[in-house]
Amino acid sequence: MSVSIDLQQPGTPAVDIPESSRMIELRDISKSFGPVKANSGIDLIVERGKIHGIVGENGAGKSTLMSILYGFYSADRGSIEINGKKKNIKNPQDAIAAGIGMVHQHFMLVAPFSVLDNIILGEEKNFILKKTRENARAKINALAEEYEMQVDLDAITGELSVGLQQRVEILKALYREADLLILDEPTGVLTPSEADHLFRILDMLREQGKTIIIITHKLREIMAITDTVSIMRRGKMSPSIWTKDTNPKDLATLMVGRDVVLKVEKKKAKPEGEVLRVENLNVTNALGVQKLKNLSFTIRAGEVLGVAGVAGNGQTELLEILAGMMPAGSGQVLYFDEPLDISKRAKPDQRRKRGIGHIPEDRHRRGLVKPFKTWENTAFGYHNFPRYSKKYGFADQKFMREDATDKMERFDIRPRNINLPAANFSGGNQQKIVCAREIDQAPKLILIGQPTRGVDIGAIEFIHKEIIRMRDEGAAVLLISVELDEILSLSDRVIVLLDGAIVGEREADKTNVNDLGLLMAGIEEKEASNG
Amino acid sequence: MDDKIPAWLDVIVLPLMSLMIAFFVTGLIVLSIGANPFSVAQAMIEGAILRPSGLGYTLYYTTTYILTGLAVAVAFHAAMFNIGGEGQAMVAGVGVAIAALALDSTHWMITLPVAMILSMVFGAFWALLPAYLQAKRGSHIVITTIMMNFIASAVVGYIVIYVLRDNVAGANETRRFLEGAHIPRASDMLSWIGIDGYSKSVPMNITFFVALIAAVAVYYLIWRTRLGYEIRAFGLSSSAAQYAGTSPVKIIIIAMLISGALAGLMANNSVMGEQVKLGLNPVNGAGFIGIAVALMGRNHPVGIVLAAFLFGVLVQGGAELSFSYPAVSRDIVDVIKGLVILFVGALDNMLRIPMEHWWINRQKAKMA
Repeated sequence: MSVSIDLQQPGTPAVDIPESSRMIELRDISKSFGPVKANSGIDLIVERGKIHGIVGENGAGKSTLMSILYGFYSADRGSIEINGKKKNIKNPQDAIAAGIGMVHQHFMLVAPFSVLDNIILGEEKNFILKKTRENARAKINALAEEYEMQVDLDAITGELSVGLQQRVEILKALYREADLLILDEPTGVLTPSEADHLFRILDMLREQGKTIIIITHKLREIMAITDTVSIMRRGKMSPSIWTKDTNPKDLATLMVGRDVVLKVEKKKAKPEGEVLRVENLNVTNALGVQKLKNLSFTIRAGEVLGVAGVAGNGQTELLEILAGMMPAGSGQVLYFDEPLDISKRAKPDQRRKRGIGHIPEDRHRRGLVKPFKTWENTAFGYHNFPRYSKKYGFADQKFMREDATDKMERFDIRPRNINLPAANFSGGNQQKIVCAREIDQAPKLILIGQPTRGVDIGAIEFIHKEIIRMRDEGAAVLLISVELDEILSLSDRVIVLLDGAIVGEREADKTNVNDLGLLMAGIEEKEASNG
Repeated sequence: MDDKIPAWLDVIVLPLMSLMIAFFVTGLIVLSIGANPFSVAQAMIEGAILRPSGLGYTLYYTTTYILTGLAVAVAFHAAMFNIGGEGQAMVAGVGVAIAALALDSTHWMITLPVAMILSMVFGAFWALLPAYLQAKRGSHIVITTIMMNFIASAVVGYIVIYVLRDNVAGANETRRFLEGAHIPRASDMLSWIGIDGYSKSVPMNITFFVALIAAVAVYYLIWRTRLGYEIRAFGLSSSAAQYAGTSPVKIIIIAMLISGALAGLMANNSVMGEQVKLGLNPVNGAGFIGIAVALMGRNHPVGIVLAAFLFGVLVQGGAELSFSYPAVSRDIVDVIKGLVILFVGALDNMLRIPMEHWWINRQKAKMA
């Protein structure tokens, strides 16, 4: 699948930075994990004393790139220059020595330690900490003063608010005299006012000459804080442009992409009776973040409801609650007018018995037992159904094998070996194993999450056709995908999730990538709804 | 791409190579204390396999290790490390003693089944608390089963001394069981098929076949039943098992109950088969050897039976050594056991990783 991203509208100047003011220069950085190219041929130059934003979907390769920069991974190819000098960064210590500081999305703090101890961790210097602590205290207080980042150094880190913990992370980097700060999704866990405060701090850091790279998928933040911006998609990086020369609409469109146009031949849906009704669904995770906010929607037999949205906006929670794998906070789910159990006692196998199939978002963790052979995986979850069972608790392994042979044939799963562990198949064929299992049970409602993530084109086409075939045979389909093309080509109706709430609903044939992209990015809702 | 070595290398060649290294190092140690490793090895094999009475002792130990090894393996398939086989078997010893003391005026055909059931119930019961704590509270099974071992030791000591002790003889043990709790030993079973004259003191007994049946049953349970399928799925990927609707609580508790019951069965062999009474320590470390046996047998019943036999040979051969080679302490056997566990278990990757590299390179060379 070739991807070309070009931010440059005609007449937009590309960023040209003279060599003397380049803080960091990446050349041709590539990194593969097995057959997956997480980064391919990435070039990036960031000017000293500027804030550069990198936007892109989850899985676009942003975190891999930053991990290479910070020494967690080593690149297969390419070079890193800092202040014009080539650096070989083999581990985080090298990165720190080169003046790079990183604020991770999930903080790397020891919760029961005091703030002071967290900041000096790894830089203890002496066997006895007293002197280090005293020196550190003076230095940190000076830093906090300079950048207006007051925090109680003797507080227990775990008891601080998320915003303050992030401040500790930034102080930690500054204490190590970082000149280049990398912030990975820094506002993902912050309240709006905390985010505003963070931006003020970043502004101040920039004024003091620090260079900052900020990774995010929130376009508003890019527009508000960055000087230059580039986009990552499927492992590739666009050339940088000046933020002031672009606008959120263009960024949104580029971010969600429009490279692969896979049109699925389908007739107009003929929806019938209502199969699923979700009413006021809410859920709050263990950290107290509300992941679903008053979700209400319906799906009828013979229609595909697409759920669009940037990953992490509540899709996983929605899918797992409907599949009975996760309890909801409040709300009601009706399946053929009868309530589904969405409490802690919900059982996925009960859902299956009632005709609800589930192609999970993560086939590696959920959909397959990877060391299991294909014939064991093709009955997984349905193994207690009478067709796979014999008396006295035995499994009907003869039938399981025949069934697997049959499924491999009909879904063209290769290599055709029912005894091969699922781990040994390619991503596309693994996904076909999951699809074959779920679709073949002829569910009345099928919950589908990211059906073609990491799947080759041939398998994508096959899976798309199967989804439409199920719809035409009268199944209700809930399709969650971050690929807008997929949503648009398969769905009859589309709802868009942002921050756990439905921010828009569209007829699939009356919308387009631009329109949905804007809804997903949460910009200019009024304007978007006109389009 | 297949980056795994084939099963025959994994299950047969690798353990054999590890064993060879263990034996080689043992040989060096024997050499260093001034004995000839080959004649020591010969004496051990002679005394543990070739001499009929020695073989009987070996099979007696094998019985014990098969059962404790199976116990570890079943829990392991559910991704749990049951270190508590020792305590579970010890408590099961009380169950065996109760059955034997109550029924030993009848016939062993009545006593043995009752004793087996009681031993399994007692063993399973002792595994239930750690299982419950793991399933419901997340208390780590390794920690809780170790603690339960100590508690078992104290509880069994109390029961033997204050409840079941034979006050006439005065030792800290029950009275000797009567005829009705004497299960058939090798000599009895051989005379059924017309071979007389085998030593009556050899403790190998009918529970050897119980152990073999248990091995077959475990095979069917793990690889043929839906419960075993769920146990393996949970053990390999708990997140996938949750997706399939398998309750982790159910799997953890059932797997541990089966594990405890298997460990408990072992007590029939030692309490009724050998000692014919219950003393303070009816298990004597066999629960721990079961861990090594399961490790070496790759948690597969066939491997466990073979590994149990190997450990039986080592233990019996070691006992034999102390007769023929007074200079060589029988503790040398503990050294061998330790080395076997070290090389087969802990240092498994030492050979595995080079072998995987070798295999992949070979495959690549073939393709090219």
